[in-house]
Amino acid sequence: MQSYYEATARERIAGILDPGSWHEILPPTARTLSPHLKALDLPVAFDDGVVIGSGALEGLPVLVAAQEGGFMGGAVGEVQGAKIVGLFERAKAARVAGVVLLLETGGVRLQEANAGLIAVSEVIRAICATRVRGIPVVAAIGGKFGCFGGMGIAAGCCTSIVMSEEGRLGLSGPEVIETAHGVEEFDSLDRALVWRTVGGKHRFLLGDCATLVDDRQPAFRSALAQAVRTGEELELASLEREQRTLDERLERFGAYTDGEDIWRDLGFDKPANVPLLATDALIALSKRLRAA
Amino acid sequence: MDWHAVADGLFDRGHDIVAVDDLLSGTGHCGDTAFAVVGSTNHAEIGVELTLAMAKRVVATMRDHPGRPILFLVDTQGQRLRHRDELLGIHRYMAHLAQCVELARARGHRVLALVYDQALSGGFLASGMMADLCAALPHAEIRVMNLPAMARVTRLPEERLRALAATSPVFAPGAENYAQMGAIDALWAGDLATHLMAALRDAPTTDTRRDVGRARGGRKLAAAIAERAASE
Repeated sequence: MQSYYEATARERIAGILDPGSWHEILPPTARTLSPHLKALDLPVAFDDGVVIGSGALEGLPVLVAAQEGGFMGGAVGEVQGAKIVGLFERAKAARVAGVVLLLETGGVRLQEANAGLIAVSEVIRAICATRVRGIPVVAAIGGKFGCFGGMGIAAGCCTSIVMSEEGRLGLSGPEVIETAHGVEEFDSLDRALVWRTVGGKHRFLLGDCATLVDDRQPAFRSALAQAVRTGEELELASLEREQRTLDERLERFGAYTDGEDIWRDLGFDKPANVPLLATDALIALSKRLRAA
Repeated sequence: MDWHAVADGLFDRGHDIVAVDDLLSGTGHCGDTAFAVVGSTNHAEIGVELTLAMAKRVVATMRDHPGRPILFLVDTQGQRLRHRDELLGIHRYMAHLAQCVELARARGHRVLALVYDQALSGGFLASGMMADLCAALPHAEIRVMNLPAMARVTRLPEERLRALAATSPVFAPGAENYAQMGAIDALWAGDLATHLMAALRDAPTTDTRRDVGRARGGRKLAAAIAERAASE
């Protein structure tokens, strides 16, 4: 399975880690299933939709959590969240080069309501606390369900994000916005609009993901390894830089209404062509524009 | 709930908190302790500007007043649900705020939060839920989403959710349920200044919410599963 987008959580782990290095923690045989879904007579999964464990990434010892989009769109419930939080606890004690999150999720599992929200909050805090300890946390986003809701915040808290063009990253999903303010505000069925707003290319051009890769597992693999190796520490100077970056972004792009406006401002004279550019060509062009 | 009354109750030695649009900021004095106060009012929708303004305040506190405790006053209807916020990457603005709170904690600032009116999902995750200790006024409303919307998204009948909400802290909105689940430390009734100073003294510096949820019986599995994932 070469496509990251098409792969399941377990296939992604197999595609990214060094052969034979994977050790799963709380595998399906541990039957850690959601009591809340059971109470609602909804289908459960024996791993509650997340696969966690340890392995090697290009020789680097890492801990990995991979969400399974095929189970409830990767949404986070009490058990899934606790598995991820426990993995970060483990990172405290184990000697690891980093923690890798293969995210595919709509955020809070609404069927678990309050328990889901608290679980997402605990994941966000665990990511931040791990970074403060100097351990890089890197995320990959390139699955069918993207990465949304509170888990979009979680992704933003990571040291570095690797995305493919097919990946989507945001807070409120297009459907949620359309439900709140109507189709004129955000037409969730307009795929091109959705990708211009939350898609991998737009996130890369804004600097919200550090690396844009093709939808191939080996491409994710080497980008993730590189991200673990170059992890930046969380310190006051870096947050002050981030404050300036986000301030300037508001100043420069705040009046725009479409991704194309932003890309034009960034120097793309034919912004409508951005979605057609191959990943390599887009990266090269954006590098040239930034240097100019 | 009017934030003035809350601020007056918390800060027995006075405060200079002001509201600029929906942003609250200032300094409050309780006993001999100065608190950097940041928060929102008018059931604020938390968009990119407000998030960045709150982060700026936390960064400035770290720079100018090392070690000063920070208090979030929470009143939000959730994140702003607009195309523009998504286009600009609101998730990253929120992540920035969350990281500012985490770094403040690591640098020795105690971070407290008080939900004095309402708190909803996205608007709450990067502020109050990042604090060392989050408390609520007894009438405060905390929820993920209202039940009709939840029924639509989950395709579960609203009556079913309503029935569950009556018996399970997992489904019902309300600060009391969040307290049972460990996400709210306590409901503050009576003298707010006394509660604030006790919280400053007792706030844990690590995330103990799952242990509290287990001890109170509102969230039975999270702590045990996390322990197993950490050690097995």
